[in-house]
Amino acid sequence: MDLDSITIALRSFWTIWLTLLFTGIVVYAMWPGNRGKFEDAARIPLKDDGQEF
Amino acid sequence: MTSATLTPGAALGSQRVSENVRYHEDAVRLFVIAAVFWGVVGFLAGVFIALQLAFPALNLGLEWTSFGRLRPVHTSAVIFAFGGNVLFATSLYSVQRTSRQFLFGGDGLAKFIFWNYNIFIVLAALSYVLGYTQGKEYAEPEWILDLYLTVIWVLYAIQFIGTVMTRKESHIYVANWFFMAFILTVAILHLGNNVNVPVSLTGMKSYPFVSGVQSAMVQWWYGHNAVGFFLTAGFLGIMYYFVPKRAERPVYSYRLSIVHFWTLIFLYIWAGPHHLHYTALPDWAQTLGMTFSVMLWMPSWGGMINGIMTLSGAWDKLRTDPVLRFLVTSVAFYGMSTFEGPLMSVKPVNALSHYTDWTVGHVHSGALGWVAFISFGAIYYLVPVLWKRSQLYSLRLVSYHFWTATIGIVLYITAMWVSGIMQGLMWRAYDNLGFLQYSFVETVAAMHPFYVIRALGGVLFLTGALIMVYNLWRTAKGDVRIEKPYATAPHKAAVGAA
Repeated sequence: MDLDSITIALRSFWTIWLTLLFTGIVVYAMWPGNRGKFEDAARIPLKDDGQEF
Repeated sequence: MTSATLTPGAALGSQRVSENVRYHEDAVRLFVIAAVFWGVVGFLAGVFIALQLAFPALNLGLEWTSFGRLRPVHTSAVIFAFGGNVLFATSLYSVQRTSRQFLFGGDGLAKFIFWNYNIFIVLAALSYVLGYTQGKEYAEPEWILDLYLTVIWVLYAIQFIGTVMTRKESHIYVANWFFMAFILTVAILHLGNNVNVPVSLTGMKSYPFVSGVQSAMVQWWYGHNAVGFFLTAGFLGIMYYFVPKRAERPVYSYRLSIVHFWTLIFLYIWAGPHHLHYTALPDWAQTLGMTFSVMLWMPSWGGMINGIMTLSGAWDKLRTDPVLRFLVTSVAFYGMSTFEGPLMSVKPVNALSHYTDWTVGHVHSGALGWVAFISFGAIYYLVPVLWKRSQLYSLRLVSYHFWTATIGIVLYITAMWVSGIMQGLMWRAYDNLGFLQYSFVETVAAMHPFYVIRALGGVLFLTGALIMVYNLWRTAKGDVRIEKPYATAPHKAAVGAA
């Protein structure tokens, strides 16, 4: 099996790969360990406009 | 407009603007001025062509002022001139603050983008009036203008993404994700839908590289994603920055915003075929487009809930802050029109609604209610900040604008619902011998009163925009109107009294 036919075989399952990728993103977003990180991120626009950087 | 009145005055002790003057704001101010200007031009063009439909004599018997040539002037003026300048202004403003970084390429590059983009707008409008068009909805500019826009857009992408890449904030805030998706996707759509072969290098005329149903599919892949990524993803970027900012609360759920973003990205790109139901497009492709359109309910309503619930615990601000009312109402309209859209993409519904005024009404509930209202909210927020004024000239005038425009929208969309459904039903009515019951011209005559109501709705919407222009003009001059303040004055007084 050469590389071309492997690529073609994998490509025909693209809905599966995209679904897995999307599921991964949802798991990442809902992962309990990420809660604090996202709560901090939500406050980014509320930081003072004039803050030092 | 003299430069003296538009130069930011000395800091007047504004709460929101601190002593920091390091963010680049000159180009953002220009984009705001252009957005307001083109908004009025675009709404005026809309009112005029609405009146042309009701009273055809207004075509004036001239080719340059005929409905067919002025309609793309209206759509381009409101979408690309008004909406585009709003997106440039808000994205270049908020990316600096959420990245804690200057603009990559500086104010100079932003001003270069500003002038060239607006020259492009003027050239495009002139070319439509003179009769040059690709004949593709929302992609009317001919090949040479397409190339010009490509250069401008690449520079914008470099500036925005460059700012994100050099950010001092470790996380890329969700608004910037939406803005980047908007910039990248619009670039791909623009290139994909404008693969044209010019007749000659010295002439404007060109022909699409693909033809027939393939050309139609490419056009509506472009057309629907122009709605999905220009008018939705871009303006969701505005929502995720300006609603939390104005409400002074973080977004309801940041995790939902991540899911919202990726669901939108994964689904929207497939919805285009619903514009080609019952055409030569293969059935499976039509069904695919319909299915993905129906699935779009999820991100749309997820996003709407996220935007509106950002106010949970602070609902009173809707009563006391008309600017926030604009922002939140826009999100409600977003929910409403994205409920209607998937419904209309279902094939049996589409069999009734397609080619009727219902579609026009649907587009305007999204364009006026969602896109324009969130733009007004963002502009009302930005002008005092950018011109270093402590407050708007008048919040009461904002409220008058809000109600005038809202009544205008309601008149517009209800007139189009009735007219469109009536039109669709008349087209498909048979008599007992199996003949069509109505001739086409009878359906046109039946729509006349609704065309007049629609034009009246447009006049109200335009009037609201003129109230905004006056209010912003006085704000930029530094005036404050003597008026009855809102019971709990938003933000400042509330904080001060506590």
